[in-house]
Amino acid sequence: MLNLQPLFRPESIAVIGVSLTNDRHPANVIFNKAHLRSPVKVFAVNPKGGEIQGQSVYPTVSDIPQSVDLAIIAVRSEHAPDVLDECIRAGVGGATIISGGFAEVGRQDLQDRMVTSARKSEFPFIGPNCLGIYAPPQVDTFFLPAERMVRPEPGNVALVSQSGGVLVDQLVKFANEGVGLSKAISIGNKALINELDLLEFLIKDQDTRVIAFYIEGFGKNQGREFVQAAGRCPKPIVVLKAGKTPGGQRAISSHTASLAGDYTVFSAVLAQYGLVEAKNEFEMLSFCESLSYYNRSFDGNIGIISPSGGHAALAVDVCAGHGLSVPELSEPVQKNIKDRLSTSVRGIATLRNPIDLTGSAVDRDFAVAAEGLSRAKEVDAVIVLLLPYSPGISSDLGARLSQMFRGTGKPLVAYVPHLEKYRMLIEGFEFNQIPVSSSIEGAVLMVEALRRCRPC
Amino acid sequence: MGWVLEPETKKLLAAAGVAVPIYRWARNLEAAIQAGEEIGYPVVGKVVSPEIIHKSDAGGVVLGIESERALRKIFKQFSKIKGFAGMLVEETLSGIELIVGAKSDYQFGPVILVGIGGTGVEIYQDTSIRMAPITDRDVTSMIKGLKAHKLLEGYRGAVPIDMEVLARMLIQFSEWVMALEGYFESIDLNPVMCSRTGCVAADARIILPVNQR
Repeated sequence: MLNLQPLFRPESIAVIGVSLTNDRHPANVIFNKAHLRSPVKVFAVNPKGGEIQGQSVYPTVSDIPQSVDLAIIAVRSEHAPDVLDECIRAGVGGATIISGGFAEVGRQDLQDRMVTSARKSEFPFIGPNCLGIYAPPQVDTFFLPAERMVRPEPGNVALVSQSGGVLVDQLVKFANEGVGLSKAISIGNKALINELDLLEFLIKDQDTRVIAFYIEGFGKNQGREFVQAAGRCPKPIVVLKAGKTPGGQRAISSHTASLAGDYTVFSAVLAQYGLVEAKNEFEMLSFCESLSYYNRSFDGNIGIISPSGGHAALAVDVCAGHGLSVPELSEPVQKNIKDRLSTSVRGIATLRNPIDLTGSAVDRDFAVAAEGLSRAKEVDAVIVLLLPYSPGISSDLGARLSQMFRGTGKPLVAYVPHLEKYRMLIEGFEFNQIPVSSSIEGAVLMVEALRRCRPC
Repeated sequence: MGWVLEPETKKLLAAAGVAVPIYRWARNLEAAIQAGEEIGYPVVGKVVSPEIIHKSDAGGVVLGIESERALRKIFKQFSKIKGFAGMLVEETLSGIELIVGAKSDYQFGPVILVGIGGTGVEIYQDTSIRMAPITDRDVTSMIKGLKAHKLLEGYRGAVPIDMEVLARMLIQFSEWVMALEGYFESIDLNPVMCSRTGCVAADARIILPVNQR
């Protein structure tokens, strides 16, 4: 069992392959970021020695006067196996190998050499051909300059991806939508450490509640091992699979082979073991968002509250498209809500479900409707659609609804257009543990994630 | 040859506990006639040939053979088909046609499939897939997941099929397929005739892995 702690909580880092002349070399970007921004001690390594940024450059990792937990290797692929061996000899804890030029360009031999060495010494390394690890504040091995990176807030969703580009894109989406991140790991060629290894690590990671994967494909039989481990995992797992359309087709000679294409099987097996499959990056985002707030599954009956009949109708359509039903509320439930609505709204609101409170609704009307639904047996989850343009709504609404819903065990999600001027209203929800989507579709997806999530 | 002949596949299936129709592999006309008598008309006739993988396309499947005279005629027709190695004479079955299959998936190993079968199977594309081995719970969700599941549960006065037999068959099939890991590329049982009296694999085919052909 590999010990991955030095990769995620290093106390000292060596960046191997810095350039003495080119400050924009990826290794230099990594070194500068760590040197200036990380609480961890960082050392530069280049065979020529010398100095950069006023810091000594050590000719080899063994020359560094203290022990090194994490080595970030950014040398040319032909040199990487030797550098790895040097790290092992020097007692380094683990490495991320950023460099390309391995199996993906036909140099399986270089990659295999590193894997053999690493296995023999139980030395963990991520990559090669990857961005590596983003686990703030201690570790950021991404060679993206600090001023160009979009950073999500700290939170409890971990992202593991075979593609560095997709990973960074997802971080941008997280940041825009307000989804918090615990760790992001780009695994590249996954020569030694793959999704299964990271799954096992993240199951034990206290900071992580939701584990999300962007997967291009598994190696021989590795999909089986992965889903079996995922099936035992107490945390929700979200997977986005790339490459859904089949590539070249072998000559098909059985009906089963033709019906059970690679992606069809992938999708079916993931559902079989309770993983939540996202069909695209947008679903991935919404699923991660709601699963990071809620951990209870439920059965599919939705209550909708809205100040706009049109939005409510749209929401009902989207729910139907996902197989979520929006059942009619019983007379007593409707009456109970109606009697407590404010006088200007009472006569014009419709309450069958969706509940259309009209544009004259005030905070209290939303609260009354939400309370009614929280006690209604017909409904297991609630979507609140909010259009902050109405004069009756205040930025306290999130806090009020959250207070009321928290004890009921039913999930509540909200839709609020993500405009800067409504930031306070949105935060009123999020800081009170109600996830907010920037679209109606996203809000429905958040609810859908809970329905599909088996460990929940 | 990349696949196992039908009568041999049926022998393997029977040994694995999967019900197959009463059949005889008749290599000559006399044997065929005798088979017809033993089994009882009407019988089903299928050509056995290592060169024909899709028998229907070659005119190599005839249902409802009512008499010895018809059987003689069909045998003569079949003997002209490429690679002719005899005729399979089988009892006639009725019921709903399902497909049960298995595939050696690169990423997941043996996976099994159940769905609406028959010759239109790739047109309906109404199937459920699970990684083997499967449990009772998987069987329930696989059946419920078919668009046509109501047909199996008894639709418009029709008698429902024996679900327990189907469940047992799928579970046993999934275990058999795990034991065969590495020795097959894909397996088709199509059609599996399901009725209230049970499930019988009327036709079966095992495709061998490329490196074992």
